[in-house]
Amino acid sequence: MADFQDFNLSCPLPIQQYPHVLLAHGGGGKLMHQLIETVFVPAFSNSLLGVRHDGASFAVGDARLAFTTDSYVVRPLFFPGGDIGSLAINGTVNDLAMCGARPLYLSAGFILEEGLPMETLWRVVQSMRQAADAAGVQLVTGDTKVVDKGKGDGIFINTAGLGIIEHSLAINPNSVQPGDAILLSGDLGRHGVAIMAEREGLEFESRIESDCAQLSGIVQAMLDSGIAIHCLRDLTRGGLTSALVEIAESANRQIQIEETRIPVREDVRGACEILGLDPMYLANEGRFIAFLPPAQAEQALAVMNAHSTDTGAALIGTVTDIARPLVMLKSRIGAMRIVDMFSGEQLPRIC
Amino acid sequence: MKFVDEYRDAEGAHALAAAIAEITTRKWTLMEICGGQTHAIVKFGIDELLPPQITLVHGPGCPVCVTPIELIDKAIAIAARPNVIFCSFGDMLRVPGSEKDLFVVKAEGGDVRIVYSPLDCLKIARENPNKQVVFFAVGFETTAPANAMAVYQAAQQGIANFSMLVSHVLVPPAMEALLSSPDCRVQGFLAAGHVCTVMGYTEYEPIAAKYRVPIVVTGFEPLDILQGVLMSVKQLENGRAEVENQYARSVRRDGNLPAQELVGKVFTVVPRKWRGVGEIPQSGFGLNDAYREFDAELRFELTDYTAEESAECISGLIMQGIKKPHECPAFGARCTPEMPLGAPMVSNEGACAAYYRYRRIKAQAA
Repeated sequence: MADFQDFNLSCPLPIQQYPHVLLAHGGGGKLMHQLIETVFVPAFSNSLLGVRHDGASFAVGDARLAFTTDSYVVRPLFFPGGDIGSLAINGTVNDLAMCGARPLYLSAGFILEEGLPMETLWRVVQSMRQAADAAGVQLVTGDTKVVDKGKGDGIFINTAGLGIIEHSLAINPNSVQPGDAILLSGDLGRHGVAIMAEREGLEFESRIESDCAQLSGIVQAMLDSGIAIHCLRDLTRGGLTSALVEIAESANRQIQIEETRIPVREDVRGACEILGLDPMYLANEGRFIAFLPPAQAEQALAVMNAHSTDTGAALIGTVTDIARPLVMLKSRIGAMRIVDMFSGEQLPRIC
Repeated sequence: MKFVDEYRDAEGAHALAAAIAEITTRKWTLMEICGGQTHAIVKFGIDELLPPQITLVHGPGCPVCVTPIELIDKAIAIAARPNVIFCSFGDMLRVPGSEKDLFVVKAEGGDVRIVYSPLDCLKIARENPNKQVVFFAVGFETTAPANAMAVYQAAQQGIANFSMLVSHVLVPPAMEALLSSPDCRVQGFLAAGHVCTVMGYTEYEPIAAKYRVPIVVTGFEPLDILQGVLMSVKQLENGRAEVENQYARSVRRDGNLPAQELVGKVFTVVPRKWRGVGEIPQSGFGLNDAYREFDAELRFELTDYTAEESAECISGLIMQGIKKPHECPAFGARCTPEMPLGAPMVSNEGACAAYYRYRRIKAQAA
């Protein structure tokens, strides 16, 4: 009975404000972080979870492994540049890559809605197979559940992944050092705009395709060429901003970036101007930031660009020696300002 | 990006700032009207380039911020009803009413949808003939033509299950209210470029003459705003008080006449309550008699709503330019974007949210 009493003793979540889960709690911004910090972390607290990285890294016997999981709930299921299947493989592969691990094995759990066309499921599964082949991972176990019509959105997929760490680097936010160069692997915001355009029926002059891609190859190439990576983070919900703020907070270091160095494609910028969105907060599915010694920045950029078919990677900023969990941006006209997370998702403005 | 980058050029910005510093001989206080301008000023750090004698205060031009709490409560009451699809621009969803916001209504099962144009609501209404589709028509003169068009088309096409909760406000009456207050310290205005794109700027000419204030119709990019400041300061230093147009690439003196005609067809000028400011006579649009059947307040019989604003929130003083956001004791402590006491902390274009997001540390240091 003692176990049950504990449950009622305290409620750290400020429920007077949000007695229900809001969509914004899943937006990758502050509300989601509050949810994690007040509900999940206290419940499951342990040293591996405490690192707050994209996955957990640990030793089993002589081997160092990385383990991660992610769920995929995208609407529409198929969008320019990808679909929920490729997303479900690449997202989990990328989380392993961000731990500096070589992805080996994936699981997949499918929650299917009654009435889903078999043809749709088939297309998604084929896309998963292709993405898994490209990333060199095997899907070795799985699960399927079907829910009543109206209780799901076609397909929800969960994947978990296991990877092996074949180097002695500790790639996580705690390894970030003052003076570290911050590299961004390519242009920002295409996934977010592609999804929004497809979902809302917005039409632009050119079709903007998602940047959805696996990042394992590019990270392996960086490791193989001897770059002493300190930290990696892929940019998903919440965009570049959330990734930078999370790392600044974990490392307790002030980060400084320059607006003019951040690559954003013309069509994405145009869409953002029209909708009143900031590319710094848009979702990406094939981009990451790397923290590494400044002396290796040039070499790392060359490796990244050799792997990328898109707009090039860029050096966007540095880690300062100020012990303060803050991201500062030098604006286009030379003034400094704070970069902060949004509460939930960006909201298109009125005028 | 063509037609945007030119107006964000660092060299050009510094040249304009130098020109302002050169002609400034004493202290001047200017107010930018529009929340979009406030956002750009804080986001790009435009005020940091100005000489210390120039103070920019942030005006009441954020439609989200000035919508009174009673109206948010009405929106929430409508949205919570079964058989209603409640449509709104995104940034209204997180504005707190007396007890909750529209996001919470959505989480509780209300059908609340974000739309990008009021015309999208007509499509939703046609596709859902058994539901009432309501659009939350908030905004200044800028959004009035599109909202008028939605009502006009609904009438033309006989879309009877569509209605609008209207909270339109107008810039010139608010400027007059500010200027006639004894606390007013504003000496010149940057008028809102997009409002003037629709309405033109003839309405501002008598205000400039009556109150002896320069009014410069100004755009939204860094170089627009700096040039607007330069033109205002030039007038002040020379003792002039005229209406000038910095945003000539978008604004003509008479504005957009077909848009004005449509607005005139559907709306009539009414008194409106402004959040934090109070009622201002003849300061908004309501649906006129010919289109009253599309008025959601009447259709859902929502009259006599009253609500108390947070006693701690000083949004009225902020929107009148009397105080800066970080001078509020609740700023960043009991009032944050996650837990806003008042609307200026919610909207992207609210002065408090802009200060919180972009210069929290500086505000602490100040």
